[in-house]
Amino acid sequence: MAQAAPNTADLFDCRNAFAKTLEALAAEDSRITAVVNDSIGSSKLGGFQKAFPDRLVNVGIAEQTMVGVGAGLANAGHIPFVSAASCFLTGRALEQIKADVAYSNFNVKLIGQSSGVAYGELGPTHHSIEDFAWLRVLNNLTLIVPSDPWETAEAVKWAAGHEGPVFIRVSRMPVPELSVANRVFQPGKAELIRQGSDVSIIACGTTVHLAQAASDALAGEGISARVLNMSSINPLDETAVLEAANTGAIVTVEEAHVRGGLGGAVAELTVRNSPVPMEMLGFPGFVPTGSVEWLFDHFDLSETGVAAAARRVLARKRT
Amino acid sequence: MAHSSNVIAHPNDPVPVIRDRALWMRRRAFKMVYDAQLGHPGGDFSAIDAIATLYFGVLHYDPKQPELPGRDRFIMSKGHATGALYTALCAAGYFEESWLDTYMQPQSKLNGHPNRNYVPGVETNTGPLGHGVPVALGIAIAGQITGANHRTYVLTGDGELQEGSNWEAAMTAGHRKLENMTLIVDRNRLQQGAGTEETNSLDPLDGKFRAFGWHVEIVDGHDHEALFTALSAPCKGRGKPLCVIANTVKGKGVSFMENQASWHHGVPNAEQFDTAMKELV
Repeated sequence: MAQAAPNTADLFDCRNAFAKTLEALAAEDSRITAVVNDSIGSSKLGGFQKAFPDRLVNVGIAEQTMVGVGAGLANAGHIPFVSAASCFLTGRALEQIKADVAYSNFNVKLIGQSSGVAYGELGPTHHSIEDFAWLRVLNNLTLIVPSDPWETAEAVKWAAGHEGPVFIRVSRMPVPELSVANRVFQPGKAELIRQGSDVSIIACGTTVHLAQAASDALAGEGISARVLNMSSINPLDETAVLEAANTGAIVTVEEAHVRGGLGGAVAELTVRNSPVPMEMLGFPGFVPTGSVEWLFDHFDLSETGVAAAARRVLARKRT
Repeated sequence: MAHSSNVIAHPNDPVPVIRDRALWMRRRAFKMVYDAQLGHPGGDFSAIDAIATLYFGVLHYDPKQPELPGRDRFIMSKGHATGALYTALCAAGYFEESWLDTYMQPQSKLNGHPNRNYVPGVETNTGPLGHGVPVALGIAIAGQITGANHRTYVLTGDGELQEGSNWEAAMTAGHRKLENMTLIVDRNRLQQGAGTEETNSLDPLDGKFRAFGWHVEIVDGHDHEALFTALSAPCKGRGKPLCVIANTVKGKGVSFMENQASWHHGVPNAEQFDTAMKELV
């Protein structure tokens, strides 16, 4: 049964969940520090700045220094949350993320804000669809893509308590709270959103609710589509992926480049262990001008687009 | 917060010890490079006197507790000069001398560029240039936030200053008046391929740092007394980060290496090694 489109009043910008959670954590732990590149407003950290002015380090528009400062703060025992637009954090400071954070293995939390195509009409310079491909090959770096405000808050709490580098990709495009019972956030563990046996839809971040809706629509056609929320890209839940491969067909859905991201990670694993036909939904690269909503629709990141991809892959399924 | 009482104590006049250690470091680093037939001896030798001055006259640390929160930090931003860094850490007591025999051998802890996860005393992994100053800045900011008493020293090459990240960090250090932060520039005027001034000129380097809000001292980078005076001067009340421009000679101490860009990553043959050992006394 297809779900009605969520009311806009029930949609949430996950940046608020990030900021609120970080403020609460900082009140309890003086080691928690925020590092920004003139991104206080876009990271929703105005409240943090007001409450903890000494622990908000604004280095100005200088991403390489921002990430290096995070590593230095971690060296001195702080727990820095380095928060900036994901496109600049990951693109401009990639070598700092590699050498200063991942390879040095410092306890730095990188928060990629307004990720994916959230900046819509501003164009590919401001889109962050390459970040999965750039980051998921870095050892030591846990890569989390929360699907909604609840998961964003849980990921931030977990990251604060985890000793080691973490990247959390926070969405700006409004998403609904997923209606799933008894949720537990566990890095490296996929969340089963819908049971299903004909095909598996593996989604992350802003696309999980679309996959859920597509599964419900497909159920009306007699197609049993499993949905996994793969909020942890690194480490990947290999068991859940290989079990998904047992359904005989996989669709991956991500607000990211179709190459090198979630789809790539799933394909790398299945092709070596249990090859199955796959469809990969995402963006092809530098996209045309358009709002975030238009871009999602245009590139099939929608209930109908995901359902269509499921039908396509089912047609290729080996019997 | 005062420095912990269990940090090592330097003698009142550490200059003789610094001189002695610097000589040992040059000889030992050159043997490492000779054995490995790999390394960056020219830059090792320009930086060694400043590094020896820090470890044997200035820094507060305990090699048995490399993670001691109140320690002073030294970051080797020119991470390729591991001959200088590893010999200093070894002489300071962070690890056994036998480690040096493994330099760049398969599975050695002593990679061509330092890794904090394997080598005690290494503060952050460096190698790509322009990374050390921002990390040092973060440590210094941590001291500013908590009022901790530790000081942070970072050494860059001069050619390395062509990387823009250094200037981002220098701007922030000046803006925040981080008097607990000291940058030493190994000003040997040579980079890998040619002179700094013919490649992408840095002069007037002192004026650049002053314009960024730093206090600048220019010293002979091989004069241990001058280095000690500049690097150990109290920072409280200066109200600015300190930049020590150490005028140095690439390959300092070995006649055929001095001021030769080719010794950036040149390695000695047997005859050159013997000559160097005769000169380094």
